[in-house]
Amino acid sequence: MPAPALDSPTDATVADERRLQELFDATIAAEHRIEPRDWMPEGYRRTLIRQIAQHAHSEIIGMQPEGDWLLAAPSLRRKAILLAKVQDEAGHGMYLYSAAETLGADRADLTDKLIEGRQKYSSIFNYPTLTFADVGVIGWLVDGAAICNQVPLCRSSYGPYARAMIRVCKEESFHQRQGYELLMTMMRGSDEQRAMVQDAVDRWWWPSLMMFGPPDTDSPNSAQSTAWGIKRHSNDELRQRFVDMTVPQAEFLGVTLPDPDLALDAATGRHRFGPLDWDELKRVISGQGPRNAERIARRRAARDDNAWVTEAATAYAAKRTGHV
Amino acid sequence: MAHEETVYDALGLAHGGEGQWAFGTGFDDPLAGVDTTVPEGVDHADLGAYCLMLGDDALVLAQRLTEWITAAPELEEEVALANIALDLLGQARLLLARAAAAGVLGRSRAHASPSIPDEDALAYFRDADEFRCTALVAAPNGDFGQTMVRLLAATTARLAVLDRLRASRDPVLAAVAAKGVHELTYHRDHAARWVLRLGDGTAESHRRTQAGADAVWPLLADVFSPTGVERRLAAAGVAVDPGDVRAEVTDVLARVLERATLRVPPEPAEAPPSGRAGRHGPELAELLARLQGLARQHPTATW
Repeated sequence: MPAPALDSPTDATVADERRLQELFDATIAAEHRIEPRDWMPEGYRRTLIRQIAQHAHSEIIGMQPEGDWLLAAPSLRRKAILLAKVQDEAGHGMYLYSAAETLGADRADLTDKLIEGRQKYSSIFNYPTLTFADVGVIGWLVDGAAICNQVPLCRSSYGPYARAMIRVCKEESFHQRQGYELLMTMMRGSDEQRAMVQDAVDRWWWPSLMMFGPPDTDSPNSAQSTAWGIKRHSNDELRQRFVDMTVPQAEFLGVTLPDPDLALDAATGRHRFGPLDWDELKRVISGQGPRNAERIARRRAARDDNAWVTEAATAYAAKRTGHV
Repeated sequence: MAHEETVYDALGLAHGGEGQWAFGTGFDDPLAGVDTTVPEGVDHADLGAYCLMLGDDALVLAQRLTEWITAAPELEEEVALANIALDLLGQARLLLARAAAAGVLGRSRAHASPSIPDEDALAYFRDADEFRCTALVAAPNGDFGQTMVRLLAATTARLAVLDRLRASRDPVLAAVAAKGVHELTYHRDHAARWVLRLGDGTAESHRRTQAGADAVWPLLADVFSPTGVERRLAAAGVAVDPGDVRAEVTDVLARVLERATLRVPPEPAEAPPSGRAGRHGPELAELLARLQGLARQHPTATW
């Protein structure tokens, strides 16, 4: 079927577009879902592709820091738990790339953009996992922060994304409890194990708070995303919610969060916390974190070293269907 | 809001109860209701040694497959390889625990503190010479083609053994086999499909996969050479003599390779058992160093 000709906008198409925009706005206002075949403004489509792809990349790159402990997990039970978790992350990546594909994106193209540095992933995964306690702390803090960010996305205005996020959040919440359970076990163990947990908390606390993104005063895309029903709460609001949720968990665990300013404000019932090092966030996002180069190199190797496998599978499928 | 509830309802349908959010929960215990006492007349040391053979094969192959995680050709393959590794790890845990229940712990208990479960004492505190896996699973992965040929060979042989073990006089081995047969049927199918695609894909994939088959085939000798333990237990109706599955296994493998337009390498000559007797190349020691390093640094810790 030939592509429709691109005419200069006539009065009729302008009127059509206006009607479609009104329908779109009404759908958003009614908190109903936009579905793949619905008309949507180009900016909405572009913003969603960027956000969903970044989220998918984060799941896939996020397999690496914990994956570093898969071969060395110190018990068979922990190995099985970690393997299942890393497997879930691959699954999340697949759902999310699929959601992006409903918007016209292509998974291989998005992967190329990741590898070439044209699309980002969560800065948190550029930090190294130095001990096995990091596996537990990633589950507790990093997955915990991800849940705070992602639960509101289950109500995202874009249907495929919202539905993917429901399953992702359920599994993330399972991972968070598994991470916390590992830390509880380690805290009941030897002095050495307790020190490992505290050290991991010290290293991951501030990067976890940075997962919510820049402060509201410096978050350029937020207003439009909120208007479109893609974003539901501000970065600072979610960050505060995470701190309030985590402080009692840290107390129960018996670790100290590395912030001397952290204190409960009796008047509001919320926790005040110290200033974040936004320069560090900028450095890590711009590729100068401790593990940026290594993360991308491994993703690139998985693509390039196995290109012959994908070519073979494509050639085989073509032979079977007769399109040689 | 109405549409909100619809979305969550769909999730409830997909997941059922609260306890089944992820892999590894809400599964049936394969040993539920199974009498775990060692049957009368069965030699405990032989039974334990045999469980180590099957358990070590599963553990070492799971570790090899896990090496692919974050390095696999496609995300679908990350999921599939992790799935297969998890199944094998599950089999290994049951079999190592059975070996321990039969009293076979080797030198592991001399190194592991009492708080460490038996399955971990055996997995983490034995040296290479106490492992009873075959050379087929201990060998390094090679490229993805070689990995899939090895997976095909190893799962075809294991499926043939477990299929017969379902009738074992040891109720635990029979239960582990009954569960494992379903898993291995999928593993073998997954590997066979890849061997077909790669053998009959492009010239490069054909060349690589043929080289993989040529590297894997000589390792089959170690799979089919029975040890005294296997012979005695097979005679007692407890185990399977691997020599008895040789014809079936090599027939299945030859058919897959031929369909994949690959040349079937010559069958290796019979040789005395090597891996089953604890004789391994340096590759197993390297694999174990990675697997065991952290646990051994903290021999009294529980995780």
